[in-house]
Formats: sequence, structure tokens, C-alpha cells
Amino acid sequence: MKIHDVVIIGGGIIGTSIAREMSRYRIKIALMEKEEELAFGVSKSNSGIIHPGTQNDPSSLKGKLCVRGNAMVREISKELGIDLKEVGELIIAFSEEEKTRLLALKKDADILGVPGTSIVDNVWLKKNEPNLNEAAVAALYAPTAGIISPYRYVYDLAENAACNGVEINVDTEVLDIVRNSKKRDKYRFEIVTSKGTFRANYIINAAGLFADEIASMVGIEDIKISPRKGEEFILDKKKEHLTEHLLFPLPSKKSKGILVTRTSDGNPMIGPTAVDIDDKYDISTSDEGFEEVIRSAQRLMPSINEGDIISYFAGLRPACGDDFIIRYEDDLPGFINVAGIQSPGLTAAPAVAEMVLNILKTKGFRPMRKLFFHKHRKRTIHLFDVTFKETKRLIEKDSEYGDIVCRCEMVSAKEIRDAIKRGASTMDGIKFRTRAQAGRCHGSFCTCRLLEILKEETKKSATDITKRGPGSEIVKGVKGE
Amino acid sequence: MNERDLVIVGGGPAGMAAAISAYENGIRDILVLERDQFLGGILNQCIHTGFGLEYFDEVLTGPEYADRFEKKIRGISGIEIRLRSFVVDLTENKVITYLMPGKIETVKARALIMATGCREKTREMVHIAGTRPAGIFSAGLAQKLINIEGLLPGKEIVIVGSGDIGLIMARRFILEGAKVKAVIEVQNESRGLLRNMIQCIEDFEVPIYFRHKVSKIIGRDRVEKVEIAELDGGPGGKIISKKVIECDTVLMSVGLIPENELIEMAGVRLDKNTNSPISDETNKTSIPGLFVCGNAFKVYDIVDTVSKDSVEAGRMAAKHLGIKDEG
Ligand SMILES: Cc1cc2nc3c(=O)[nH]c(=O)nc-3n(C[C@H](O)[C@H](O)[C@H](O)COP(=O)(O)OP(=O)(O)OC[C@H]3O[C@@H](n4cnc5c(N)ncnc54)[C@H](O)[C@@H]3O)c2cc1C
Ligand SMILES: Cc1cc2nc3c(=O)[nH]c(=O)nc-3n(C[C@H](O)[C@H](O)[C@H](O)COP(=O)(O)OP(=O)(O)OC[C@H]3O[C@@H](n4cnc5c(N)ncnc54)[C@H](O)[C@@H]3O)c2cc1C
Repeated sequence: MKIHDVVIIGGGIIGTSIAREMSRYRIKIALMEKEEELAFGVSKSNSGIIHPGTQNDPSSLKGKLCVRGNAMVREISKELGIDLKEVGELIIAFSEEEKTRLLALKKDADILGVPGTSIVDNVWLKKNEPNLNEAAVAALYAPTAGIISPYRYVYDLAENAACNGVEINVDTEVLDIVRNSKKRDKYRFEIVTSKGTFRANYIINAAGLFADEIASMVGIEDIKISPRKGEEFILDKKKEHLTEHLLFPLPSKKSKGILVTRTSDGNPMIGPTAVDIDDKYDISTSDEGFEEVIRSAQRLMPSINEGDIISYFAGLRPACGDDFIIRYEDDLPGFINVAGIQSPGLTAAPAVAEMVLNILKTKGFRPMRKLFFHKHRKRTIHLFDVTFKETKRLIEKDSEYGDIVCRCEMVSAKEIRDAIKRGASTMDGIKFRTRAQAGRCHGSFCTCRLLEILKEETKKSATDITKRGPGSEIVKGVKGE
Repeated sequence: MNERDLVIVGGGPAGMAAAISAYENGIRDILVLERDQFLGGILNQCIHTGFGLEYFDEVLTGPEYADRFEKKIRGISGIEIRLRSFVVDLTENKVITYLMPGKIETVKARALIMATGCREKTREMVHIAGTRPAGIFSAGLAQKLINIEGLLPGKEIVIVGSGDIGLIMARRFILEGAKVKAVIEVQNESRGLLRNMIQCIEDFEVPIYFRHKVSKIIGRDRVEKVEIAELDGGPGGKIISKKVIECDTVLMSVGLIPENELIEMAGVRLDKNTNSPISDETNKTSIPGLFVCGNAFKVYDIVDTVSKDSVEAGRMAAKHLGIKDEG
């Protein structure tokens, strides 16, 4: 009978960060993800910002973990070959009253230890952010704000964790958790999943929007996740140089407001809204959200044009009160909840992982470090971020780099095949890993080729290929049948 | 660096007509770059008839029309054709970089004709709210899936917009046994050709809703339904009523955009609304010796006019190179 030391529930940024952190030790770890691929939950649809830690209550857990996570991700991104761009952020004040609030924000940031913040005036702004609304009077500048591709971050963490022995199970939904009452068996929990039963001594609940349902399986009823929807709108890459920095208005109680940012792939992005909803599956966008985002973004940057929008999506923040809940359940030894990881969860993730491990260590968990931990991962190759000289070298090495599949984002057949070998099994999985279908034509050009390659690599038939898992098959049948 | 008298990017009807005409006007060193493994461009997937009435005075299918040009171009030894050659970069000095399986090449063109065609507008460009499930296709992609790949994208279809590709696809889906539940057009009348309205919509009694827009797409994993809204007086009008139609597929046929990212890279000024080069004469751009023809210059209704105008592009290139008109 196989017993895992640790079972992690949830394959988002939190679960995979914990998995990778724990894979430094000589323990058996399994991660369970109900979706067809990792990062198909909240971690795929967010702003992708590595926040510096401003806009947080200095006494909050999320504020502290954000600042710590921001420092840690620099090292991690180097080790794993993830593109992290440090671009800096500006929180913009449009009046003297708002400027006073900037000073208060700066004070909070100083208490939290956010490095290098300063107040800049409108002369500075005109010079350094020429497209900004001229009515801006001042801004709080935080140089440590960065941008990252959230899903590639998850995939790279998971790949490295797997290389260090973590068992990653996708398409594996946790259905129930049973406490082991048989004294002679040396495990605490039975985890019933759609792929059979697992046994473990420690369970880490990192199930995002569904963390309350997992907690409830073991009788913990004080966690209630309330989804808060955020709609985001992506602009054409042609507008890449719209802004130098990430632009924020002053925050409200509910959110950081509607931002003008950029994805790590170079598309400007505006949003998100913040609306409390009930349905954890409702990721639709709305006309109202669109209006609100455009209007608010144009206040920061009047030249933003709705005609430049090439894509949009919504994500749900898994909120549970105002702060993160990271808690060892003393009444249920071995169970730890990591819930309510709303923004800035993407940033805080490595610090969350560190904290989880430290909590476990105070609770008698004493794993031994591995002699060899593979901390490095070979950087994934993307033609869109190498020079033509490098492209030439790659094509000479493997001719398939010269076979372009996605015209808008310049993705070759070789990159697609690599993505599939690294775990992509759906059209969305390919998109997140390679950017094929993520450009202005939305896959009109490359869908047929992608189906073809997926068929070849996975030995599936065309009718079984899905956008993001069962029920989302791309085509409904074969002609003439 | 390798230098050529004339380089043509795109081997669709526009590129082929321009190449033949350039040769006939005296250019002897011509290179055609086509990213696909075939010549013919979008015509390869248009297996319906309705091509060539003006140019050949005959009714042909898309592939038959393309074949006439292909036969001719293949017979001219001064025209070198390179397939699976994907142009990825273009400079103001007409230096072209292209990728092929196993190779990356650069070539400098003394004269350049861009015949890169167009792409379809997407759901995102017309801002339809709702979810983003499987089952949303551009009409051209659906056409390719059925006609080239032999796959059926869906069984209950709602078509957004009444462009020609959408109309033709309505008939195509019906002939494949699928049900076309509605065509939704925001204007007062169809944008497509009259003959397509009659042969593809009226003859098959497909319901068409004018002055309506799709206001929402509904469905978690796959499209389940769309919400449509009737607009008072058409585009921009107030919403008078709403209604839900069940379907598993949404086809977008809301217009085409010239594919001009390469010439934009080179510094050619484009019209912000149409993505066509800003120009006072067909085929010309703001860069001397750089011509654009076919759907890349502007969106044409029928291919016959594409061929005719592209012949002009070939002549202009010869003139640019200082070649005397021989006949
Ligand atoms: C609009 C928006 C913008 C944001 N912007 C930022 C930002 O710029 N910067 C930042 O730092 N943070 C941002 N955030 C927050 C950040 O995205 C989240 O904090 C983070 O992604 C949460 O990660 P997670 O791993 O906890 O959740 P998830 O990614 O949702 O992972 C949980 C996983 O658990 C799986 N799961 C659930 N139930 C089960 C089960 N029963 N069995 C197996 N698996 C299960 C789910 O499928 C899911 O994949 C934003 C959030 C939103 C919504
Ligand atoms: C569904 C449909 C139905 C139609 N029905 C009719 C009809 O009934 N009658 C009629 O007369 N007309 C019809 N048309 C219109 C006609 O097909 C087009 O006007 C014509 O094909 C346009 O020719 P083109 O050469 O400009 O573009 P395309 O045919 O699109 O050719 C462009 C070529 O350029 C290549 N290319 C693009 N970018 C690059 C690059 N970077 N590097 C290398 N190569 C590149 C492409 O691969 C393609 O081969 C229809 C069109 C469609 C889509």
C-alpha cells in the first residue's frame, strides 16, 4: 500500500509553489488537480503582476507575504528560466487630496518594507510616462513591480517539482477525505478521488475557489469562499509601448482599481473589475464590465481605444474575508488550509509555500533535505523572444523550428510538440504554454494545424480533442457520419 | 545579401496574377514566397462555384479558378516559387526575412509586391459579452474544417453577420446535415452578394434577423445558447427586445481585415479603420517600389477583380524597375 507523506490539493500557483518547495525534501508528495491541466483555475486568469506590496494593510498577512514573495520570485524565475520583467508601478493621484492619500500609502509600504518607493511629481510623470493623462499631479512609484506569465509560471514550477519526484495527477478530483481510524495503519487520511484512493499523513488544501468544499469534507465549516469577479481586456501587441510602467489609480476598499498594465508577452491589458458574485463557475464578461474598464482606463490614459482590444476574459478572486487564511488545524492533525488566496496570491505564492513548510515544521514534521535537489530547469524556447540569429541556430539544429504554425505570434511546430511533450493535452494548454491562438486572429489560422499535431502526438482522434477538457470538444463529428 | 528584382509575398490569386503580369511586362527575376504548401490562397477551401464569371466568362469553383493561374505560372521559368516560406520580417529597404522548415533566409527586393490576403474579424473585435467556451469559429475556419479537414464543427449553428463566407457556410452546414438556427445581422440588409442571399439563405429557409445583434454567448464548456437583442433602427440603436436561441456553435462572419502587419513593420502607413495602406492609387503605398495587391490592399467582393487589379501591380513593379513596356 502506497502512502504519501503529503498530498496537495490544487494545481494552481499555490499548490505548485508548495509542491516545488517541499520537493527539496526526502518525502513522497502527490498533487491532485481536478482539471485536465494545471493552472486552469484562478491562476490562469489574473493580471499577472508581481506586486511590490503597496496597497496593503501593514498588519495583514497578505501584505507581508506579498513583499516576501516579490523578493523570492526573482531567484525562482532565474532558477526556472521564467521571464520576469521588472517594470515598476505608479499609483496616480489626480488631486491634492489624492496626493495626501499617496503619502499614507507610502507610509504603509515603508512599514511593510517595500523597497525603493518614492513620490514623483507631474514633471517626472510627463517625462517618464508621456501618454498618461496630463491632469495627473503626482504618483507613488514602486520600482519592484514586475510582470510574469502566470500560467507558464505554474507549468515551470510543476515541471521542476516533478523532476524532483513530485507525483502530479491531473484530471483527478478529490471527492472526499476520510480520517483513518485504524490505529495500526500509519497514515492519517484517505483521499478519495476520481482516480482512486490515496493515503497520506499530511493534506494541504490549496483548492482556490473550492477550498471551502475541501475543508468541509473534514468538517471545517468556518471557511466560506466568495468569488469576486474581475474582467480584463487585452489590447493588440502593436500598442506594446503605450505605457512604461504599470499604472494604478488609488485603491478602493474592495480592490486595487482598474489598471493599465501589460502582460509579460507585451500586450497592454486593462482591468480588472471587482464584483461579488455567487456562482464559482461564472467567468462570463459583460457589457457593463467593458464600459467600466474602458472608461476607467481612459481616465489614466486617454489614448486607449476600444478598437485595439483583441481579447478579454474574467477571473474569480477566491476571497474569504479580507486576508489569506493559512492555518494548521490543531483539531485535525496533519491538515492545513491555504484558503482565501485572493490578490496578491500570485506574488505571495513562494512566501506562502515557505510559510506552510515552516508551520509544518513547528508541528512535528521533520523531513530530511535531499542531497541533490535539481533547482534549475532549462528555459523553454519561444521563437518570439529570441533574435533571428538565435532562430537560425535553432532551425539548423531542428528544422521544425522553421515550420511556423501560428502566424500572429510566430510559434513553430517544434514549440507545439515540445509543449505537448511537457504536458499540454488541450488547445488551451497549448495556448497558455506557447501563445499559439493567443494573437489577433484567435486561432482562425492555426486551429487545423494544432488539431493535426495534437492528434499525432497524443494518438487521439480529432473529435476527442478539447479546448480545456471533456465537454469542450472542438468539433462535433466527422463529415458524412 | 541575396538580391532579387521582384519578390512577391503570397501565392493566392493576387500574388499569382501579379507574378504572371510582372513577367509579361519584362521582369525576368521573380521570387514568389508562399507560406502554405500549395498555391491558391483562400481559394483552395472555396469548393463552391461562383468564380471566374468576369475574368474567364465561365463558372468555376475556387480551386479550378486558382488552377488556371497555377498552370500558367508553373510554365514560366523566370518565376521561382518557394512554398512553406513564411515571411516574418520586412524592413523599409525591402529586406525580407522568411522561415522555411530547416532554413531562415533573407533577401533584398528591388521591387516588392505584398499579396498577403486578409483575415477574418473575431468575436472579440465586435465585443460580444458572455463566456468563452468551445464552439466559436470564424466562418472561414469552419469552412476549412469541413472542406479540407473533413470535420463537422457543430450541429446547431447560429451565424453572426451576413458576410459572404457566413452565407455560403449556412448552406454548407445544411448540406452536411447540421441545422442553421439563425443568421443575425445588425444592419438593415445583408452585406453579402444577392446571389448568396438567394441561393444559401432563402432557398433553404434559414431564419435571418436583421437589426439584431448577439448580445451574449452562453455555455460553460461548449456553446449552449446565444442571447440576441433587437435594436431600434439598427446599429447603435436602443435594445427593444431580447431572445435566446439554443445552439452548439457560433460562426462569426462580421467582416475581413487586410493582413498588413508586415508592411506596417516596414513603416507603411495604414488606415486605422480598414487596415488598408493609405494611398491615392490602387496597389501603391508610401514606400516607393513597395506595392500591395488583392485582399491585402482592400477587401474585394469577387476574385475576378482581384486578378484584374493585381495585373496592374505587376506592371507597376516593372515600371518601378525601369523596364520598358515591350508590347
Ligand atoms: C482578475 C484577477 C486579477 C488578479 N491579479 C493578480 C495580480 O496581478 N497579482 C497577484 O499577485 N495576484 C493576482 N490575482 C490573484 C491570484 O490570481 C490568485 O491569488 C491565485 O491565482 C490563487 O491561486 P490558487 O493556486 O490558490 O488558486 P487556483 O489557481 O484556482 O488553484 C486551485 C486549484 O485547485 C483545483 N481544485 C479545486 N477543487 C479541487 C478538487 N476537489 N480536487 C482537485 N483539485 C481541485 C482547481 O481546479 C484549481 O486548479 C488576481 C486574481 C484575479 C481573479
Ligand atoms: C469563403 C469565401 C468565399 C468566397 N467566394 C467567392 C466567390 O464566390 N466568388 C468570388 O469571386 N470570390 C469569392 N471569394 C473571394 C476571393 O476568394 C478572394 O477575393 C481572393 O482569394 C483574394 O485573393 P488574395 O490573393 O488577395 O488573398 P488570398 O487568397 O488570401 O491569398 C493570400 C496568400 O498569401 C499568403 N501569405 C499571407 N501572409 C504570408 C506571409 N507572411 N508569408 C508568406 N505567405 C503569406 C497566404 O498563405 C495566401 O496563400 C471568397 C472568399 C472566401 C474566403
